Amino acid sequence: MNKKPIIEIKDLVTYYGSRKVLDGINLQIMPGETMTILGRSGCGKSTLLRHIIGLSKPSSGKIFLKGQDITILTENQMLSIRRKIGMLFQGGALFNSMPVGDNVALPLREHTELEDSTIQIMTRMKLDQVGLAGFEDFMPAQLSGGMKKRAALARAIAMDPDMLFCDEPSAGLDPIVAVGIDHLILKLKKAFQMTIVIVTHELASVFLIADRVALLDEGRIIALGTVEELKNSTNKKVQQFFNRIPDPEKIDKDSYLNSLVGENNKL
Amino acid sequence: MELEVFKKNDVAILKISGDVDLYSSPQVRNKILALLAKTQKNLLVNLKDVSYMDSSGVATLVEALQLTNKRGGKLRLYHLGPAIRDVFELSRLDKVFDICETESQALNGIIAE
Repeated sequence: MNKKPIIEIKDLVTYYGSRKVLDGINLQIMPGETMTILGRSGCGKSTLLRHIIGLSKPSSGKIFLKGQDITILTENQMLSIRRKIGMLFQGGALFNSMPVGDNVALPLREHTELEDSTIQIMTRMKLDQVGLAGFEDFMPAQLSGGMKKRAALARAIAMDPDMLFCDEPSAGLDPIVAVGIDHLILKLKKAFQMTIVIVTHELASVFLIADRVALLDEGRIIALGTVEELKNSTNKKVQQFFNRIPDPEKIDKDSYLNSLVGENNKL
Repeated sequence: MELEVFKKNDVAILKISGDVDLYSSPQVRNKILALLAKTQKNLLVNLKDVSYMDSSGVATLVEALQLTNKRGGKLRLYHLGPAIRDVFELSRLDKVFDICETESQALNGIIAE
Protein backbone atom coordinates (compact mmCIF):
# COMPACT_ATOMS: atom_id res chain seq x y z
CA MET A 1 0.00 0.00 0.00
CA ASN A 2 1.45 3.30 -1.09
CA LYS A 3 -1.21 5.66 0.21
CA LYS A 4 -0.45 8.73 2.28
CA PRO A 5 -2.42 9.26 5.48
CA ILE A 6 -5.39 11.60 5.14
CA ILE A 7 -5.08 12.44 8.86
CA GLU A 8 -1.77 12.54 10.68
CA ILE A 9 -1.26 13.53 14.31
CA LYS A 10 2.26 14.14 15.57
CA ASP A 11 3.32 14.50 19.22
CA LEU A 12 0.03 16.10 20.24
CA VAL A 13 -0.01 17.48 23.77
CA THR A 14 -2.83 19.44 25.39
CA TYR A 15 -3.42 20.81 28.84
CA TYR A 16 -6.63 21.92 30.52
CA GLY A 17 -5.17 24.26 33.12
CA SER A 18 -2.33 22.32 34.72
CA ARG A 19 -3.86 18.93 33.82
CA LYS A 20 -2.31 17.14 30.82
CA VAL A 21 -5.27 15.76 28.85
CA LEU A 22 -3.45 14.52 25.73
CA ASP A 23 0.08 13.33 26.27
CA GLY A 24 2.08 12.84 23.08
CA ILE A 25 -0.49 11.39 20.65
CA ASN A 26 0.86 10.00 17.37
CA LEU A 27 -1.65 8.55 14.93
CA GLN A 28 -2.02 8.09 11.18
CA ILE A 29 -5.40 7.45 9.55
CA MET A 30 -5.51 6.26 5.95
CA PRO A 31 -8.05 7.33 3.29
CA GLY A 32 -11.21 5.23 3.46
CA GLU A 33 -10.32 3.81 6.85
CA THR A 34 -12.71 3.62 9.81
CA MET A 35 -10.72 4.41 12.93
CA THR A 36 -12.39 4.12 16.29
CA ILE A 37 -10.94 5.96 19.23
CA LEU A 38 -11.84 3.92 22.24
CA GLY A 39 -11.33 4.61 25.91
CA ARG A 40 -12.88 5.17 29.31
CA SER A 41 -14.83 8.30 30.15
CA GLY A 42 -12.47 11.20 30.67
CA CYS A 43 -9.51 9.57 28.90
CA GLY A 44 -9.26 12.41 26.38
CA LYS A 45 -10.97 10.87 23.34
CA SER A 46 -13.53 13.63 22.72
CA THR A 47 -10.77 16.20 23.30
CA LEU A 48 -8.67 14.45 20.65
CA LEU A 49 -11.61 14.60 18.22
CA ARG A 50 -12.12 18.32 18.86
CA HIS A 51 -8.44 18.88 18.04
CA ILE A 52 -8.59 16.85 14.81
CA ILE A 53 -11.44 18.97 13.48
CA GLY A 54 -9.77 22.18 14.60
CA LEU A 55 -12.28 23.17 17.30
CA SER A 56 -9.46 23.28 19.88
CA LYS A 57 -5.80 24.20 19.53
CA PRO A 58 -3.18 21.93 21.10
CA SER A 59 -0.51 23.08 23.56
CA SER A 60 2.05 21.52 21.20
CA GLY A 61 2.24 19.08 18.30
CA LYS A 62 0.89 18.98 14.76
CA ILE A 63 -2.30 17.79 13.10
CA PHE A 64 -2.27 17.31 9.33
CA LEU A 65 -5.50 16.96 7.39
CA LYS A 66 -4.78 16.04 3.75
CA GLY A 67 -1.20 17.17 4.29
CA GLN A 68 -2.12 20.58 5.70
CA ASP A 69 -1.09 21.46 9.26
CA ILE A 70 -4.33 22.76 10.77
CA THR A 71 -2.70 23.85 14.04
CA ILE A 72 -1.27 26.91 12.30
CA LEU A 73 -4.36 27.86 10.27
CA THR A 74 -6.52 30.89 11.01
CA GLU A 75 -10.25 30.42 11.59
CA ASN A 76 -10.93 31.65 8.03
CA GLN A 77 -8.44 29.20 6.51
CA MET A 78 -9.98 26.45 8.60
CA LEU A 79 -13.41 27.15 7.09
CA SER A 80 -12.44 25.79 3.67
CA ILE A 81 -11.16 22.58 5.30
CA ARG A 82 -14.30 22.21 7.41
CA ARG A 83 -16.38 22.23 4.23
CA LYS A 84 -15.05 18.76 3.44
CA ILE A 85 -15.52 17.52 7.01
CA GLY A 86 -18.75 16.09 8.40
CA MET A 87 -19.29 16.06 12.14
CA LEU A 88 -21.91 14.10 14.04
CA PHE A 89 -22.04 15.61 17.52
CA GLN A 90 -22.86 13.52 20.57
CA GLY A 91 -26.28 15.03 21.16
CA GLY A 92 -27.03 15.43 17.45
CA ALA A 93 -26.94 19.24 17.86
CA LEU A 94 -29.95 19.80 15.62
CA PHE A 95 -31.50 23.27 15.73
CA ASN A 96 -34.79 22.66 17.50
CA SER A 97 -36.45 25.72 16.01
CA MET A 98 -35.94 24.46 12.43
CA PRO A 99 -37.63 21.60 10.58
CA VAL A 100 -35.41 18.60 9.86
CA GLY A 101 -35.07 19.54 6.19
CA ASP A 102 -33.77 23.03 7.03
CA ASN A 103 -31.31 21.50 9.50
CA VAL A 104 -29.90 19.28 6.74
CA ALA A 105 -29.91 22.12 4.20
CA LEU A 106 -28.19 24.56 6.55
CA PRO A 107 -24.54 23.82 5.60
CA LEU A 108 -25.45 23.94 1.90
CA ARG A 109 -27.17 27.31 2.33
CA GLU A 110 -24.29 28.65 4.42
CA HIS A 111 -21.36 27.43 2.36
CA THR A 112 -22.46 27.12 -1.28
CA GLU A 113 -24.03 29.19 -4.02
CA LEU A 114 -26.39 26.38 -5.03
CA GLU A 115 -29.94 27.26 -6.01
CA ASP A 116 -32.54 26.42 -3.40
CA SER A 117 -34.23 23.99 -5.80
CA THR A 118 -30.97 21.99 -5.99
CA ILE A 119 -30.51 22.18 -2.20
CA GLN A 120 -34.02 20.87 -1.60
CA ILE A 121 -33.41 17.85 -3.85
CA MET A 122 -30.05 17.20 -2.12
CA THR A 123 -31.74 17.44 1.29
CA ARG A 124 -34.34 14.85 0.31
CA MET A 125 -31.60 12.59 -1.10
CA LYS A 126 -29.64 12.76 2.17
CA LEU A 127 -32.74 12.10 4.28
CA ASP A 128 -33.51 9.12 2.03
CA GLN A 129 -29.96 7.79 2.54
CA VAL A 130 -30.43 7.79 6.34
CA GLY A 131 -33.91 6.26 6.15
CA LEU A 132 -35.82 9.47 6.87
CA ALA A 133 -37.43 10.07 3.48
CA GLY A 134 -40.51 12.27 3.90
CA PHE A 135 -39.48 13.70 7.28
CA GLU A 136 -38.18 17.05 6.03
CA ASP A 137 -41.09 19.04 7.49
CA PHE A 138 -40.93 17.41 10.94
CA MET A 139 -39.50 19.38 13.85
CA PRO A 140 -36.65 17.72 15.80
CA ALA A 141 -38.91 17.49 18.89
CA GLN A 142 -41.22 15.20 16.91
CA LEU A 143 -38.43 12.65 16.30
CA SER A 144 -37.23 9.78 18.48
CA GLY A 145 -33.62 9.70 19.74
CA GLY A 146 -32.52 7.38 16.94
CA MET A 147 -34.27 9.47 14.28
CA LYS A 148 -32.58 12.62 15.60
CA LYS A 149 -29.20 10.90 15.26
CA ARG A 150 -30.10 9.90 11.70
CA ALA A 151 -31.16 13.46 10.88
CA ALA A 152 -27.91 14.77 12.37
CA LEU A 153 -26.02 12.25 10.24
CA ALA A 154 -27.88 13.46 7.14
CA ARG A 155 -26.72 17.00 7.98
CA ALA A 156 -23.15 15.78 8.59
CA ILE A 157 -23.02 14.27 5.08
CA ALA A 158 -24.90 17.11 3.34
CA MET A 159 -21.72 18.51 1.78
CA ASP A 160 -20.42 15.08 0.66
CA PRO A 161 -17.50 15.14 3.10
CA ASP A 162 -14.24 13.21 2.58
CA MET A 163 -13.98 12.74 6.31
CA LEU A 164 -16.76 12.01 8.78
CA PHE A 165 -16.24 12.38 12.52
CA CYS A 166 -18.70 10.92 15.00
CA ASP A 167 -18.65 11.57 18.74
CA GLU A 168 -20.35 8.72 20.60
CA PRO A 169 -22.89 8.04 17.81
CA SER A 170 -24.78 5.43 19.82
CA ALA A 171 -24.72 7.16 23.22
CA GLY A 172 -28.13 7.19 24.86
CA LEU A 173 -29.73 4.89 22.28
CA ASP A 174 -31.20 1.47 22.92
CA PRO A 175 -29.13 -1.44 21.52
CA ILE A 176 -31.38 -2.03 18.52
CA VAL A 177 -31.38 1.63 17.48
CA ALA A 178 -27.63 1.83 18.20
CA VAL A 179 -26.84 -1.09 15.91
CA GLY A 180 -29.02 0.56 13.27
CA ILE A 181 -26.82 3.68 13.44
CA ASP A 182 -23.72 1.47 13.17
CA HIS A 183 -25.09 -0.22 10.05
CA LEU A 184 -25.93 3.16 8.58
CA ILE A 185 -22.35 4.33 9.12
CA LEU A 186 -21.11 1.14 7.45
CA LYS A 187 -23.43 1.75 4.50
CA LEU A 188 -22.22 5.33 4.09
CA LYS A 189 -18.62 4.21 4.27
CA LYS A 190 -19.16 1.64 1.53
CA ALA A 191 -21.16 4.04 -0.58
CA PHE A 192 -18.97 7.11 -0.41
CA GLN A 193 -15.53 5.72 0.52
CA MET A 194 -15.40 8.20 3.39
CA THR A 195 -12.68 8.22 6.00
CA ILE A 196 -14.51 7.84 9.30
CA VAL A 197 -13.28 8.57 12.80
CA ILE A 198 -15.54 7.45 15.62
CA VAL A 199 -15.10 8.17 19.29
CA THR A 200 -16.86 5.60 21.42
CA HIS A 201 -16.71 3.36 24.43
CA GLU A 202 -19.25 0.92 23.00
CA LEU A 203 -17.40 -2.32 22.30
CA ALA A 204 -20.26 -3.74 20.23
CA SER A 205 -19.96 -0.78 17.82
CA VAL A 206 -16.19 -1.18 17.64
CA PHE A 207 -16.44 -4.87 16.73
CA LEU A 208 -18.91 -4.07 13.97
CA ILE A 209 -17.45 -1.02 12.27
CA ALA A 210 -13.77 -0.52 13.10
CA ASP A 211 -10.96 -1.16 10.64
CA ARG A 212 -8.54 -0.20 13.39
CA VAL A 213 -8.83 0.84 17.01
CA ALA A 214 -6.78 3.34 18.99
CA LEU A 215 -7.20 2.68 22.71
CA LEU A 216 -6.66 5.82 24.77
CA ASP A 217 -5.77 5.81 28.44
CA GLU A 218 -4.88 8.88 30.47
CA GLY A 219 -4.21 10.90 27.32
CA ARG A 220 -1.99 8.32 25.63
CA ILE A 221 -2.59 5.73 22.94
CA ILE A 222 -1.75 2.51 24.75
CA ALA A 223 -2.74 0.18 21.91
CA LEU A 224 -3.32 0.54 18.17
CA GLY A 225 -4.40 -2.15 15.75
CA THR A 226 -7.28 -4.19 14.40
CA VAL A 227 -9.95 -5.50 16.76
CA GLU A 228 -8.36 -8.96 16.59
CA GLU A 229 -4.92 -7.59 17.36
CA LEU A 230 -6.23 -5.74 20.39
CA LYS A 231 -8.25 -8.71 21.60
CA ASN A 232 -5.01 -10.73 21.57
CA SER A 233 -2.96 -8.02 23.24
CA THR A 234 -1.18 -8.96 26.47
CA ASN A 235 -1.38 -5.38 27.78
CA LYS A 236 -3.35 -5.56 31.04
CA LYS A 237 -5.31 -2.35 30.40
CA VAL A 238 -6.30 -3.55 26.92
CA GLN A 239 -7.41 -6.88 28.35
CA GLN A 240 -9.34 -5.09 31.11
CA PHE A 241 -11.17 -2.96 28.56
CA PHE A 242 -11.96 -5.73 26.08
CA ASN A 243 -12.98 -8.20 28.78
CA ARG A 244 -14.93 -5.56 30.73
CA ILE A 245 -13.13 -6.12 34.00
CA PRO A 246 -13.86 -3.50 36.69
CA ASP A 247 -11.07 -1.70 38.50
CA PRO A 248 -9.92 -3.55 41.63
CA GLU A 249 -11.50 -2.08 44.74
CA LYS A 250 -8.87 -0.23 46.75
CA ILE A 251 -9.82 0.80 50.27
CA ASP A 252 -7.61 2.59 52.70
CA LYS A 253 -9.43 1.59 55.89
CA ASP A 254 -8.37 4.64 57.92
CA SER A 255 -9.13 7.20 55.25
CA TYR A 256 -12.50 5.55 54.46
CA LEU A 257 -13.47 5.57 58.15
CA ASN A 258 -12.36 9.16 58.50
CA SER A 259 -14.39 10.16 55.44
CA LEU A 260 -17.51 8.58 56.96
CA VAL A 261 -17.13 10.27 60.33
CA GLY A 262 -16.09 13.56 58.78
CA GLU A 263 -12.59 13.46 60.21
CA ASN A 264 -11.03 14.17 56.75
CA ASN A 265 -12.20 17.74 56.91
CA LYS A 266 -10.53 18.39 60.25
CA LEU A 267 -6.99 19.73 60.37
CA MET B 1 -15.07 21.29 -15.55
CA GLU B 2 -15.98 21.85 -19.21
CA LEU B 3 -19.33 21.86 -20.95
CA GLU B 4 -19.81 21.36 -24.69
CA VAL B 5 -23.04 21.23 -26.64
CA PHE B 6 -23.42 19.21 -29.84
CA LYS B 7 -26.35 18.54 -32.09
CA LYS B 8 -27.07 15.15 -33.59
CA ASN B 9 -30.12 14.76 -35.78
CA ASP B 10 -31.14 18.09 -34.22
CA VAL B 11 -31.11 16.62 -30.70
CA ALA B 12 -29.01 18.55 -28.16
CA ILE B 13 -26.22 16.63 -26.49
CA LEU B 14 -24.50 18.09 -23.44
CA LYS B 15 -21.02 16.68 -22.88
CA ILE B 16 -19.65 17.26 -19.39
CA SER B 17 -15.93 16.79 -18.64
CA GLY B 18 -14.17 16.92 -15.28
CA ASP B 19 -15.56 17.11 -11.75
CA VAL B 20 -19.17 18.03 -11.07
CA ASP B 21 -19.23 19.24 -7.49
CA LEU B 22 -20.75 21.84 -5.18
CA TYR B 23 -18.90 24.59 -6.99
CA SER B 24 -19.28 23.55 -10.63
CA SER B 25 -22.80 22.08 -10.68
CA PRO B 26 -24.50 25.51 -10.89
CA GLN B 27 -22.83 25.88 -14.32
CA VAL B 28 -24.35 22.58 -15.41
CA ARG B 29 -27.74 23.71 -14.15
CA ASN B 30 -27.53 27.04 -15.99
CA LYS B 31 -26.47 25.33 -19.23
CA ILE B 32 -29.31 22.80 -19.02
CA LEU B 33 -31.88 25.50 -18.25
CA ALA B 34 -30.60 27.55 -21.18
CA LEU B 35 -30.85 24.56 -23.54
CA LEU B 36 -34.35 23.69 -22.37
CA ALA B 37 -35.38 27.35 -22.66
CA LYS B 38 -34.42 27.21 -26.35
CA THR B 39 -37.44 25.01 -26.93
CA GLN B 40 -35.32 21.88 -26.63
CA LYS B 41 -37.70 19.22 -25.42
CA ASN B 42 -35.21 16.36 -25.31
CA LEU B 43 -31.70 16.34 -23.95
CA LEU B 44 -28.91 13.77 -23.91
CA VAL B 45 -26.09 14.05 -21.40
CA ASN B 46 -22.73 12.42 -22.15
CA LEU B 47 -20.93 11.66 -18.87
CA LYS B 48 -17.96 9.78 -20.38
CA ASP B 49 -15.36 12.27 -19.17
CA VAL B 50 -16.88 13.02 -15.79
CA SER B 51 -14.35 11.86 -13.22
CA TYR B 52 -16.32 12.76 -10.09
CA MET B 53 -19.91 13.73 -9.38
CA ASP B 54 -21.22 14.65 -5.95
CA SER B 55 -24.80 14.96 -4.69
CA SER B 56 -25.17 18.46 -6.11
CA GLY B 57 -24.42 17.12 -9.60
CA VAL B 58 -26.91 14.32 -9.20
CA ALA B 59 -29.52 16.76 -7.79
CA THR B 60 -28.96 19.03 -10.79
CA LEU B 61 -29.70 16.15 -13.17
CA VAL B 62 -32.77 15.19 -11.09
CA GLU B 63 -34.07 18.74 -11.53
CA ALA B 64 -33.38 18.57 -15.27
CA LEU B 65 -35.21 15.24 -15.50
CA GLN B 66 -38.22 16.71 -13.72
CA LEU B 67 -38.24 19.66 -16.15
CA THR B 68 -38.04 17.50 -19.28
CA ASN B 69 -40.71 15.15 -17.90
CA LYS B 70 -43.03 18.10 -17.28
CA ARG B 71 -42.60 19.15 -20.91
CA GLY B 72 -43.26 15.66 -22.16
CA GLY B 73 -39.64 15.32 -23.30
CA LYS B 74 -36.86 12.91 -22.48
CA LEU B 75 -33.57 13.26 -20.67
CA ARG B 76 -31.11 10.42 -21.17
CA LEU B 77 -27.69 9.85 -19.67
CA TYR B 78 -25.01 7.77 -21.36
CA HIS B 79 -21.38 6.62 -21.16
CA LEU B 80 -21.38 6.50 -17.34
CA GLY B 81 -18.08 5.26 -15.92
CA PRO B 82 -18.18 2.79 -13.00
CA ALA B 83 -17.68 5.50 -10.32
CA ILE B 84 -20.49 7.66 -11.69
CA ARG B 85 -22.76 4.66 -12.14
CA ASP B 86 -22.16 3.81 -8.46
CA VAL B 87 -23.30 7.29 -7.42
CA PHE B 88 -26.61 6.76 -9.25
CA GLU B 89 -27.06 3.21 -7.98
CA LEU B 90 -26.41 4.19 -4.35
CA SER B 91 -29.10 6.86 -4.55
CA ARG B 92 -31.36 4.33 -6.33
CA LEU B 93 -31.56 6.85 -9.16
CA ASP B 94 -30.45 4.28 -11.74
CA LYS B 95 -34.11 3.20 -11.55
CA VAL B 96 -35.34 6.73 -12.20
CA PHE B 97 -33.10 7.87 -15.04
CA ASP B 98 -32.93 6.50 -18.56
CA ILE B 99 -29.29 5.36 -18.56
CA CYS B 100 -27.84 4.15 -21.88
CA GLU B 101 -24.53 2.59 -22.78
CA THR B 102 -23.89 4.41 -26.06
CA GLU B 103 -24.89 7.53 -27.91
CA SER B 104 -26.81 5.61 -30.55
CA GLN B 105 -28.82 3.83 -27.84
CA ALA B 106 -29.51 7.19 -26.20
CA LEU B 107 -30.67 8.66 -29.50
CA ASN B 108 -32.89 5.72 -30.25
CA GLY B 109 -36.52 6.79 -30.38
CA ILE B 110 -35.81 10.41 -29.53
CA ILE B 111 -37.60 12.81 -31.78
CA ALA B 112 -35.84 16.06 -32.53
CA GLU B 113 -37.78 19.18 -31.62
